[in-house]
Parts: sequence; structure tokens; C-alpha cells
Amino acid sequence: MNGAIGLIHYLVVAAILFTMGVLGIFLNRKNIIVILMAIELILLAVNINLVAFSAALNDLVGQVFAMFVLTVAAGEAAIGLAILVIFFRGRGSISVDDPSRMKG
Amino acid sequence: MIQAFAFYLFAIVVLLSGAMTISSRNPVHSVLWLILAFFNAAGLMVLVGAEFIAMLLVIVYVGAVAVLFLFVVMMLDIDFAEMRAGFVRYAALGLALAVALVCEIFIGIGAWSAGGIDLARRAAPVDPAIPNIQAIGNLLYTRYLFVFEGAGLVLLVAMIGAIVLTHRERKGVRGQNIARQVARRPEEATRNMRPEVGQGVQL
Repeated sequence: MNGAIGLIHYLVVAAILFTMGVLGIFLNRKNIIVILMAIELILLAVNINLVAFSAALNDLVGQVFAMFVLTVAAGEAAIGLAILVIFFRGRGSISVDDPSRMKG
Repeated sequence: MIQAFAFYLFAIVVLLSGAMTISSRNPVHSVLWLILAFFNAAGLMVLVGAEFIAMLLVIVYVGAVAVLFLFVVMMLDIDFAEMRAGFVRYAALGLALAVALVCEIFIGIGAWSAGGIDLARRAAPVDPAIPNIQAIGNLLYTRYLFVFEGAGLVLLVAMIGAIVLTHRERKGVRGQNIARQVARRPEEATRNMRPEVGQGVQL
């Protein structure tokens, strides 16, 4: 990392991106697809944090851990979208308010 | 100088495309903005010297996850205008929470940069002589081998789970029954006939 751009710059970008992900969950309360995308944004912010700290502290473990975060994020997206597809097949909509009616 | 310019370019584009991802009217556009965000995050990571994670981000996220999103968005036939119903209603609450969250994060960063936590020891120091990908490979296949296997297991479970969840038997489709084809013998498949001239054959 060169002198002009420090760790703080990366942390600020990651913080804003993380907050944007959380805000996205609130703004698109009805649309599960966009909520999943917001979760991907949150995980991306976490990865930026991990990689920035890994570079700043000269420690590779952060990058290895970022890879595992990536793995889990991919699995989560696959399972989430599969559940979304079968939910849409049975109900014809993907509104977040509907699953609460599935009691029993 | 050029690093600072590249950083600000990537950072601004990643933040803008993140904002467009969550505020875009059409989910297809959201996915495309998400892809742009991932590309520029990969640029940020290249800038910091983590080439492997950057390439992984492009290959796994842009190549697989984002395309999966795109397929699902296009497969489901949804009235997207109706999905936007709560947008304005929840905007105030969401913005308040987001402001609180970003303030907390900045306080955390400030506390950290004031030197509250001393991270003296390194788990795996970076050796400038070996390239990034080789160093990660060395670490991944020795010290973190079992965690790596666990990650593979997670992906396997996700794959099997997605197939089990979405697979369905279709009715009214004439599929191939290989066992029946293999079990068929010549005696039941052909008959020897000797028809009279001009009579034709009764099958």
C-alpha cells in the first residue's frame, strides 16, 4: 500500500458499502431477490475489509479467510435462489410477507 | 499518484454501483449494477496486492453467482412494480438505521486508528519474494488444508441441496427407459411371418 492511500481509505469504502447493503434490505422489503443482492454487497464489504487488513498488517491469513467467506457466500446464494424458485412455483409470487402465512 | 487515481476511480464506481443495485427499479438492472460493483471491488483488491482474491471475485461472483441471479430474475415472472410498494414507507426507517450504522462503524475505525488494539503477532507474514497466488497456495494446502476441505464440503452440500430443492419429475413426458431397452430380447421384438400373396400382414 503506498503512502497516499492508506488502510483508512479502504475501511471507509467498505463501511459505506456495508451500510448500503443494510439499507438495501430495508428499502426493498418486498423483493427477496434484491435482498439477496444486498447480502452479497454486505459480504463484499466484509471481503474488502479482510483484504485491506491483510495487506496493511502483512499477513496472508486475511486473504485465505476472504476466500472462505466467498465460498460460503456462493453456497448461500445458490441455496437461497433454489428456495426462491420452489417458493415461486408453489405460490406465484415472491413477496416477503407471504411466508408468514405458511404456518403449519 | 496513479495509485491514488485508480483507488478513487474504483472506490467511487463501486459505491455508485452499490447504490444503484439497491435502488434500481428493475431487478435485471440491479444484477448488472452488482456485476459492475464486483468488477470494481476486484480492481480495489488488485491495487492492494491481493491478485488471487481479485481473480476469484471476478470468476466466482461475476461468472457464477451474478449469472445465477440473472437466470433466476429472468425465470420468475413477477410484477416488479408491485414489489416496490413499501419503498417509500420503509425509506425513513432504513435511512435512520443506516446513518446510525455508519456512525458506529466510523467510531469503530476511529478507535482502532487511535491505537487501541495492538496486533503484534503475525499468523502468516507476507514474503515479498514469492508471488501472492503461490503464497496463498502454500498456506491453503498446508496449514488450512482441513478448512479448505470443509469449504469444498460446503459447496458440495449447497450443490446437492439446490438440485434436491429444485428438481421435479415431469408428468406426460416420454423419457428413455434404458433398463427396458437393455432387457429387450430378439424373441419378443421380432416375429417370423409367412403371409399369403396379396393378403398383407396382421401385426
